[in-house]
Amino acid sequence: MDHHSGDADPVEADADEDAVTDADRTGAPVGRRLVLGMLGLGAGAMAAAPWLQARLESGLAAVAEKDPTGVTGYLPNGGGFRYYSVTSSVPHKDAGNYRLTVDGLVDRPTSYRLDELRALPQARLVRDVQCVTGWRVRRTPFEGVRLADLLEAAGVRGEATAVRFTCFDGAYSESLTLGQARRADVLVALRMRDKPLAHAHGGPVRLYVAPMYFYKSAKWLSGITLTDGVRPGYWEDRGYDVDAWVGRSNGRDDDPTA
Amino acid sequence: MTSTPGSAGRTDATMTPPPDTAPRTAAGTAARPRLLRFTPAERWVHRVTAVLMGLCVVSAACLYVPELAELVGRRALVVTVHTWSGILTPAPVLLGLASRAFRADLGRLNRFGPHDRRWLRAALRRDHRPESRPAGKFNAGQKLWAAYLAGAVLVMTGTGVLMWFTGLAPLVWRTSATFVHDWLALFLGLVLLGHIGKALADPEARRGMRTGRVDPRWAAREHPLWRPEGPRSPQGAEDTGHSGPAGEPRP
Repeated sequence: MDHHSGDADPVEADADEDAVTDADRTGAPVGRRLVLGMLGLGAGAMAAAPWLQARLESGLAAVAEKDPTGVTGYLPNGGGFRYYSVTSSVPHKDAGNYRLTVDGLVDRPTSYRLDELRALPQARLVRDVQCVTGWRVRRTPFEGVRLADLLEAAGVRGEATAVRFTCFDGAYSESLTLGQARRADVLVALRMRDKPLAHAHGGPVRLYVAPMYFYKSAKWLSGITLTDGVRPGYWEDRGYDVDAWVGRSNGRDDDPTA
Repeated sequence: MTSTPGSAGRTDATMTPPPDTAPRTAAGTAARPRLLRFTPAERWVHRVTAVLMGLCVVSAACLYVPELAELVGRRALVVTVHTWSGILTPAPVLLGLASRAFRADLGRLNRFGPHDRRWLRAALRRDHRPESRPAGKFNAGQKLWAAYLAGAVLVMTGTGVLMWFTGLAPLVWRTSATFVHDWLALFLGLVLLGHIGKALADPEARRGMRTGRVDPRWAAREHPLWRPEGPRSPQGAEDTGHSGPAGEPRP
């Protein structure tokens, strides 16, 4: 404080004079009302969100189908997949350099090339994709080799109880119990939407775990290792549920996808 | 942008600055003291808020825009940057409350007088003549922006916290919070662009936020009803006709 510290309260003492000299010292407290109004709007939007979101999603989906610009893809809930990667960059692999290894507690450790995977019997599933962050893509075809077939070919040993998946992005990992891994709706996917799996979607090969949240469907799959216990994956180390059934985990109640 | 000797005299004749902003310095019309608009505390509040907001927006874009997400990756790191810059965004303003000058300016931003109504009406008519845009230290547009931003930041922080600490509230709240957070982010981004655009268009306003002081002619044109408190410059202190610094921290 300076020499004014002797005043009882400089602001109060000057109030009358300021009323004359400073136009912004009087008037209605509209600013405060606007801030409170914004808070009210926010709370109202929270309350109306389930209803609003359903309307917007169907509305935007209809617009997106006829949207040549693709702008709708950038709007919240505009539909479609979102690209998530946990590393700075992901190498590109193709038929020339892609390998998928199956090892760990197996009788016959194996390494598959892309054309070898393509030569195996293929299964096609058409289910919804549900991300744990909320977005859902309806009726998305995935096609590939049943994981159960690869496990069968490698000869799972008796002490194995779980499967660990590693990825050629160098960081991501996932896991399933052996029982989950043997389900018929778990694929080593080579195709999505009836096209070869693109790099942005985890190509050339990704895991596809139809009944679980999409973080279980590890992209850029490069390793399948049989283990004697479930080892939590990348996001599971960061708080996500290991058993990620859609609608029955992560505190969510989405419609099941399988 | 300081006035050159000679031009100052002429401008004085044609413009009518508010009586107590007319400079009467030792050097007469040769030097025009720049007006104190923002104290260091206020400028630091603005600076730190801008940095945090910038981090928040850039990290949000890297999480949300597919092309950027693909380019940047590193999702766990980007999430950390976003959540922490986000939750800290209100902090500079809260700390700024310790500054009397900052509190006084919040008071000015809060109050809407008849001149603000005139300003808004002129803005809606796209009437850019200074005489139809009366404003105090802050014009009505700046007041609306401040209130909108304050409210929006609070809503974004609140919904962000609900998404961050998943155990805080039932799931339906979290889904709703995501919905509100996503859409408000879009509208917040738009008005932020507007704010930056307005600043880019007015170098003197930027100088005021950067150095704390503005050209009195700019102040008389853009903020004719503003009565700066405190000394406009050391030698101008004795000339201040009215109440004086009112506790304004000296620069």
